[in-house]
Amino acid sequence: MIKVEALIRPSRLERVKNALDDIGIHGITVTSVLGAGKQRGHTQYYRAKELAVNLLEKCKVETVVPDELVDDAINAITKAASTGEIGDGKIFLSRVEDAIRIRTGERGEGVL
Amino acid sequence: MNIRRLRLRSGASLYLLVAVLLGIGCTPAVAGSAAKVDAGDTAWVLASTALVFLMTPGLGLFYGGMVRRKNVLATITQSLFICGIAGVLWILYGYTLAFGPDLGGLIGSLDWIGLRGLDMKPAPDPFSSLYGSTIPQEAHVIFQGMFAIITPALITGAFAERMRFKAYLIFIILWATLVYDPVAHWVWGHGGWLGELGALDFAGGTVVHICSGAAALCCALVIGRRKGYDREHFSPHNLTLTLAGTGLLWFGWFGFNAGSALAANGLAANAFVVTNAGAAAGMVSWVLAEWVHRGKPTALGAASGAIAGLVAVTPASGFVAPIAAVVIGLIAGPACYLSVMAKTRFRYDDSLDVFGIHGVGGIWGALATGLFAASSVNPVVATDAQGLFITGSAVLLGRQLIAIVSVLFYSLIVTYLILTLVGVLTPLRACEDEEDAGMDISQHGEVGYAFHP
Repeated sequence: MIKVEALIRPSRLERVKNALDDIGIHGITVTSVLGAGKQRGHTQYYRAKELAVNLLEKCKVETVVPDELVDDAINAITKAASTGEIGDGKIFLSRVEDAIRIRTGERGEGVL
Repeated sequence: MNIRRLRLRSGASLYLLVAVLLGIGCTPAVAGSAAKVDAGDTAWVLASTALVFLMTPGLGLFYGGMVRRKNVLATITQSLFICGIAGVLWILYGYTLAFGPDLGGLIGSLDWIGLRGLDMKPAPDPFSSLYGSTIPQEAHVIFQGMFAIITPALITGAFAERMRFKAYLIFIILWATLVYDPVAHWVWGHGGWLGELGALDFAGGTVVHICSGAAALCCALVIGRRKGYDREHFSPHNLTLTLAGTGLLWFGWFGFNAGSALAANGLAANAFVVTNAGAAAGMVSWVLAEWVHRGKPTALGAASGAIAGLVAVTPASGFVAPIAAVVIGLIAGPACYLSVMAKTRFRYDDSLDVFGIHGVGGIWGALATGLFAASSVNPVVATDAQGLFITGSAVLLGRQLIAIVSVLFYSLIVTYLILTLVGVLTPLRACEDEEDAGMDISQHGEVGYAFHP
């Protein structure tokens, strides 16, 4: 089991969600986050005061998938989230020890 | 039944005792006025009163949107709660201090303490000439009461996000009593020295805006900058609240200015038109100024410009033609924009720019009244003391300057003394931990936005 953590543009959330759905990944968790990377921030103006904002709004999409689905998931997210511009985001992968379904107590990949 | 009667009687004798102790004459005001209550005038003034009332909760939203999320409730409450404090004070002694029979041009006597002696008729002569000869005096009481509420509420923007509630409470009570009531008497009370001098202030450029603006500057300097002034951005957490508040303020301002005619007549209609013209021109000119200066037209700029225009047109609203109001608003926008920029240069932390908008806008409005006031708009303007641009005479402008300087310095000095006194009684500002946690939690034990279902 691999946890796929994708940081994407909020404007691409809908496409990423649908792309994952299309390859059979239905369980996702989405969080609204602030982050900074290579993309430069923007300037906000409040009553003649300039604020340089470098934490930008992003979405974090998390899902845990069986090992054999990881490449499909990466392809789906990359295709759906890419604009070709700086600021498209990143995907991080990490191994997951186990999974438990709270309702039944069932464990392992079958839970996903 | 007997007990109840006894209680009533002891209540009355307690009242008499207080009255005697305070050295008040026992003759109620003689109803010397033969004037009759006019239904239309009374309806308009009461409706205007309700409009002006709405401005204070509206101000709460206007301010609340501009602070950080952790301070939203405390900021709104600092405006809203004055509807309570000042609403009570006004009935107890505020009205009589401001509008009661004159003592030396400086303050009203306690003759009308607790609104004693007022009946349902228009104010007796000679008061009726200023307090309305066709409306019940109580309509004047409650209309003016709304001004006594919003004026201290305006100051709260200067110390937002750091003043402790207890200190705020004592400060507001003392300020309403020692600053607002006397200044209202000077300008609007029968026999008040600035009114007698011939200085003009139709709806509160000096009494409301310069007075609160100067107090705000003093508060910002005495209470000091918010924690993290040099390190953090204090950006507004929800400008949609601020814009909703702007709408309520603009709407209420029609009552503020047009209601100040104290009658449903041509003067009220002119004040209404002039008010809208000032707000509109202020909004447009602020946005243009920042667009040229920074490259972006902002929503907060539109809101701020409208308020700047409204402030500036307020003292002039009963004395100038609509076209003059457009000029007043067009200048108010950039003038207030510049003074808000100056705040950063001078490094004082008037959190929500009360001095920059109400102080500076009020000063410009009072001066503009000395430039554009015309007898043709309002016969109260003496023909030999019209605006500089109407007759070329600077007599009125000179009187306006006297009014500006005296109200500005009186408010600055007395506010400073009050803050010093309050500071001795209780700490003025929250400690660092409280400021970090936010005033909502530390002062009120509540949060504006709950995240859990």
